[in-house]
Amino acid sequence: MTEAKKNKLFNILIFTILCIGAVVMIAPLLWMLSTSVKEKSDVFALPPVWIPEVFDFSKYKEIWEAGPLLSGIKNSLIISLSVTIVGSFTSSLAAFAFAKLRLKNKNMIFLLLLSAMMIPYPSLMIPQFSMFASIGWVDTLLPLIIPPIFGNIVMVFFLRQYLINVPNAVIEAAKIDGTSFFGIFIRIIVPLIKPAIAAQFILWFMAVWNDYLAPIIYLNSPDKLTIQLVIANFNATYAIQTDYPLIMAASIIALLPMLVIFLVFQKQIIESIAISGVKG
Amino acid sequence: MATKLAATDKPRKSKLYKKESRAAMLFILSPLVGYLIFVLYPFFFSIYASFTNWNGLGTMNFVGLSNYTKLLTDDYFMKSLFNTFFMMLGIPIGLLLSLLLAMGLNRKIPGTTAFRVIYYIPVVSSLAAISVLWQWAYNGDYGLVNQFLDLIGIDGPNWLQNKDTVKPALIIMTVWKGLGYSMLLYLAALQSVPKMYYESADLDGANKFKKFIHITWPMVKPVTFFLVITNIINGAQMFTEINIMTPTGGPEFSSATVVFYIWRKAFDNLQMGYASAMSVVLGAIIFIVTLIQFKLNDRSSFEID
Repeated sequence: MTEAKKNKLFNILIFTILCIGAVVMIAPLLWMLSTSVKEKSDVFALPPVWIPEVFDFSKYKEIWEAGPLLSGIKNSLIISLSVTIVGSFTSSLAAFAFAKLRLKNKNMIFLLLLSAMMIPYPSLMIPQFSMFASIGWVDTLLPLIIPPIFGNIVMVFFLRQYLINVPNAVIEAAKIDGTSFFGIFIRIIVPLIKPAIAAQFILWFMAVWNDYLAPIIYLNSPDKLTIQLVIANFNATYAIQTDYPLIMAASIIALLPMLVIFLVFQKQIIESIAISGVKG
Repeated sequence: MATKLAATDKPRKSKLYKKESRAAMLFILSPLVGYLIFVLYPFFFSIYASFTNWNGLGTMNFVGLSNYTKLLTDDYFMKSLFNTFFMMLGIPIGLLLSLLLAMGLNRKIPGTTAFRVIYYIPVVSSLAAISVLWQWAYNGDYGLVNQFLDLIGIDGPNWLQNKDTVKPALIIMTVWKGLGYSMLLYLAALQSVPKMYYESADLDGANKFKKFIHITWPMVKPVTFFLVITNIINGAQMFTEINIMTPTGGPEFSSATVVFYIWRKAFDNLQMGYASAMSVVLGAIIFIVTLIQFKLNDRSSFEID
């Protein structure tokens, strides 16, 4: 066999393995989808029914009545959007100062902030909880919104790295023109680092949307829960009644927004992770 | 010379410099204040609380090291610590699989983008929804996993109800969820290896295995290191899967993790002083791991001017 032929055969083998892998990756999600449109009798059929004969979409109607799903989505949106919009602004402003402005001890302050990355949330959650409890914020969305809007050190870190490569001349010229520093930020810096901000924004939005530990600590009332807590409660409540189609339908609703965002922005997201993941 | 420079430099600098410093201070104020209130203060408070019998409401009485000595004899804590580390066995498995997949993808194969997207979907999926899904998939009678095993003639166990299978079950799920992420980073690293290296190795008559050992592996080492560390940090904080899939911590507490136990002690039993001691131990473990990362990994270092 020639070398080229051997190579081709090997590539076919690799391709097959990757396809099997892809099936393994996607099968549980497809099965989730298939369960959600099954009739109850099909769910417990042996041998299993992979594709139900009749697609029963009634569960997708039922879920809105079965639990506070809609308010869950609303709460998650309120939290994720306010955190990422305000937080991206404060973070990029700080990144600009850390990268381009002169300030005594600024690197020391930056290192101090970076040390936050070494402290895991579980080590801070108990005192944070008692702080918010003492001002009566438990069972409101505020403890989930307020701390992160002050800025995200991971985002500051990446934007700062990004900005350091921007030549100083651009900014010096504006300084001499007498533009205010905030003006420089809005008119020169933001347009320059827009792609980096956007990528970080999306990743952060996903992280907040998918968060579970912080919400479960603070939220109790059904109308205050985030979407993740709502589906966890669906799971606990309806598993006893073995209503798996209902649970799966609700979980798909919780998954869908991030899936759509990912598929739309997959190029940017994948690129940004491939770059930033290594540097982080 | 130096004094002369300083003398001419100072007055020119001071006007703009002062203005600039004021603006800079203003711009970094928000993260700084946030850090002081929501990180530094709670951090020290945690340490302080770990030496008290605080229950979250009443007074905090100083109890010395007794919380820490109690930890050493607390079977539940030891078990949760063991479980947390045991489940990290998934890290080398996941990394090996993702490196192999990335090497496959790095050959000229059709559909690379599609593969990347498909493998990445579990990564962006909400962990809560994924946990709900896998709890159902691990159902002993009707779950996807056992139905599949049935096809090849294996009678699968009731995964989550059995103390011997619950941890492997969680490991498999964690590997599945994280595979796309490590694969992506490996692929990026592989693509940055200069083709020249392999070409000159070919000239020297090196075989595939030798090329892997002497070129590929050293070139992706920084990524491996990064992934090992971040996986350990994340693994040490495992909570959501446990809370949803085994709400009681599993049969004989065999799937409970440290964060799960902290959460239960702090917010169910209101033993906040004791839970704080555990969180300090957890923080110390993660701190040491992170420190190793910053010390050893050149790629993660960054320039300070």
